[in-house]
Amino acid sequence: MITASAYTFKILRTDRKKPDDTPRFQTYRVKVIPGLTVLGVLNRIRDEIDGTLSFRSSCRSAVCGSCAMVINGRIDLACRTQVASFGTNTIILEPLPNMEIVKDLVVDMTPFWKMYETVKPWLIRESTDPEKEIAQSEEERSCIDQFVNCILCACCYGACPVIARDPEYLGPAALAKLERFVLDSRDERPDILLDDVNNERGVWGCDTILKCIEACPKDVRPTDSIVGLRKALVGKKARRLFGIKK
Amino acid sequence: MMTVSHDVLIVGGGLAGLRAAVGLCQKYDVALLSKVHPIRSHSIAAQGGINAALANNPDSRDDTWEKHTFDTVKGSDYLADQDAVEIMCREAPGIVYEMEHWGCPFSRFPDGSIAQRPFGGAGYPRTCYSTDLTGHVLLNTLYERAVMMGVTVYPEWYVTALATDEGVCHGVVAFDLMNGQIVPIAAKATIFATGGYGRVYFYSTNALINTGSGIGIAYKAGVPLKDMEFVQFHPTGLIGTNILMTEACRGEGGYLVNNKGERFMEKYAPKAMELAPRDIVSRSIQTEINEGRYFEHPLGKYIKLDLTHLGEKKILAKLPGIRKICLDFIGIDPIKQPIPIMPCQHYSMGGIDTNARTATEVQGFFAAGECACVSVHGANRLGGNSLLETIVFGKIAAGAIDEYLSSGTAVPKEEIVIRRAGDLEARMAALVSGGTEKTFVLHGELAKTMSANVGIFRQRTETEKALEEIGRIKERYRNVGVSSPSRHMNYELMNAIELEYMLEVAHTIALGASLREESRGAHSRTDFPKRDDGKWLKHTIARMADDTNPGISFRDVSITRYKPMERVY
Repeated sequence: MITASAYTFKILRTDRKKPDDTPRFQTYRVKVIPGLTVLGVLNRIRDEIDGTLSFRSSCRSAVCGSCAMVINGRIDLACRTQVASFGTNTIILEPLPNMEIVKDLVVDMTPFWKMYETVKPWLIRESTDPEKEIAQSEEERSCIDQFVNCILCACCYGACPVIARDPEYLGPAALAKLERFVLDSRDERPDILLDDVNNERGVWGCDTILKCIEACPKDVRPTDSIVGLRKALVGKKARRLFGIKK
Repeated sequence: MMTVSHDVLIVGGGLAGLRAAVGLCQKYDVALLSKVHPIRSHSIAAQGGINAALANNPDSRDDTWEKHTFDTVKGSDYLADQDAVEIMCREAPGIVYEMEHWGCPFSRFPDGSIAQRPFGGAGYPRTCYSTDLTGHVLLNTLYERAVMMGVTVYPEWYVTALATDEGVCHGVVAFDLMNGQIVPIAAKATIFATGGYGRVYFYSTNALINTGSGIGIAYKAGVPLKDMEFVQFHPTGLIGTNILMTEACRGEGGYLVNNKGERFMEKYAPKAMELAPRDIVSRSIQTEINEGRYFEHPLGKYIKLDLTHLGEKKILAKLPGIRKICLDFIGIDPIKQPIPIMPCQHYSMGGIDTNARTATEVQGFFAAGECACVSVHGANRLGGNSLLETIVFGKIAAGAIDEYLSSGTAVPKEEIVIRRAGDLEARMAALVSGGTEKTFVLHGELAKTMSANVGIFRQRTETEKALEEIGRIKERYRNVGVSSPSRHMNYELMNAIELEYMLEVAHTIALGASLREESRGAHSRTDFPKRDDGKWLKHTIARMADDTNPGISFRDVSITRYKPMERVY
């Protein structure tokens, strides 16, 4: 037998189209069976209690990155968060920080995508492509593993204290994406592209307090990428100073 | 009302849509509309791989595209059009190399070539993969390419109608979810790459966005649908959430085990065992469950997918995504414990009727990917062929649309698109004017009747019950209401509009299943257990006849080299 427990959900309600309304927490009381996720409850609330509630969702299996939000103070995907995992029957839901709220739990992700595009997130090659695949060893492939796993959910972007104070900062996801290509043995991007992040808006903006790693639902460590990029830039500078060719 | 126009509209931001956009954007004014950001499309969830006869695997040195074609045709239970399958399989190696050159991080063999694993129904290990995240890496690569090429994207724009008139498509009506506005968009050519209809079923591996409304929209605009009764049930969906457990679990050596501890597949497919095609494995699992050899869980009856003998190292290297899903969603570590699974709806073989150039009967309207039916999958799709289809036919669509536009005959009529937008305006106004039926209630009833009555095993009494039920739900749908007249980010409103199309899609599936008196591939009739090539080696074509019933006709299958034979594995 499955027994349901009573839960109280408090959800922050906001509407960009009604700027005069003060954001407020709305309370919903729902019965929850074990194993139910926060996204499962959100769907039930929208269906059965309040059709006006807005939130994004798609895959419901933690691979598409739609449903990042703040759940009892912790940033995570609603779809992979078990309601019963908090040791309390009150769950507070808020939209992802560091972005403008469109409505309720939906934020405007335009700045996030802008930063993503800034780092030229695609494979850059100068050599002519071979007829078949570009050879890559298993070791070379595995060193980009963790950065390939990024689902662009913006959990890290929402958690980053640097973005909170400097909206011009590229942020963890964009830098992790850049490192994914820099470390790819097939990528031949010119050094000058790295210079674009050789500043406070880029790799030197990071406080390395690892909030992004804590927030990532896919075990990506964006700080590793930032540290890696810093090392590459310092190495490049040293080579330049001593006149060593790469 | 603001109007927009482009040369080409691409509806859907998954693999097929993005590949078409990349192929067209340098020459034409292209716009890609997607009801979610493209990176959230369901292509992202594909796990196991993409088939191409690269012959990289030491066990597949003599693999060829012809052998891939044969496996696909046999897997389709001979309903696939063989000329189309030949095109897809011949294009496959080139497509995989192109994706690799564009940056796709495939897993590698020790010699540095793209790794390939065995998959169901395939004579050779020819499924190229990136661990168990192949859809994720392919979609990211194509999105990266689209960003590089500056494709114009309208994210979170839901297309609600196709504006056709006298057999010509003039564009679409879109609903800009973020701003809550209805926007008519005129275009010389429109392509749907809107994905499958998994959510028409109660038990489905599909994302919540997979309502199939694109298929329903085309149908309501007069475009015929093909082979809708052929619905793939994936053998291994996690119980409870029904999240996909990739075929690669079995490709890497996983077992299916019943409550007697038996690897029961030896009864059903003694040679291929767990790697028989999906229709056969799903029926075998369902038979074990029906005959009582199942395990019990509060979430339902299940069979075990056992990976424990593969060992920690292999699971972490080859199936890390599966392990993470199991830990997150059911609290099980597949390194230590078997995974509880059941068969779930997974894929639509049927869809918008297109030819091998992605063209439909309506001039200027094209379709590619899961929403389309070429047909390359016939009555049953092989694992690893859907990712392939999306990219191959996305690319072919770009070529076909280029040819169509180069002929210079297309002149979209804006007034037709504006008129259709007016219809949507009226529809939205009606939805907020106090209807008493709720979308989620009707959707739930539809999904339950489809899973119960048009499932893995079918019979006339059940399919007819489904048809009656769909008729009743359609009646009730007339009285659907939405809570708020405010339109921006109003998902309840969007769901209400989508349900109308889901009902049509379900209707064509149930009717096709009721009419086809044979068992072929995924369509298994207990009252007609044999395949009947004399009568039924035919495609089913469903066309909107009147408000209540689809008109059905049939079309011959294209057979080139492979005469239908008995399907033994």
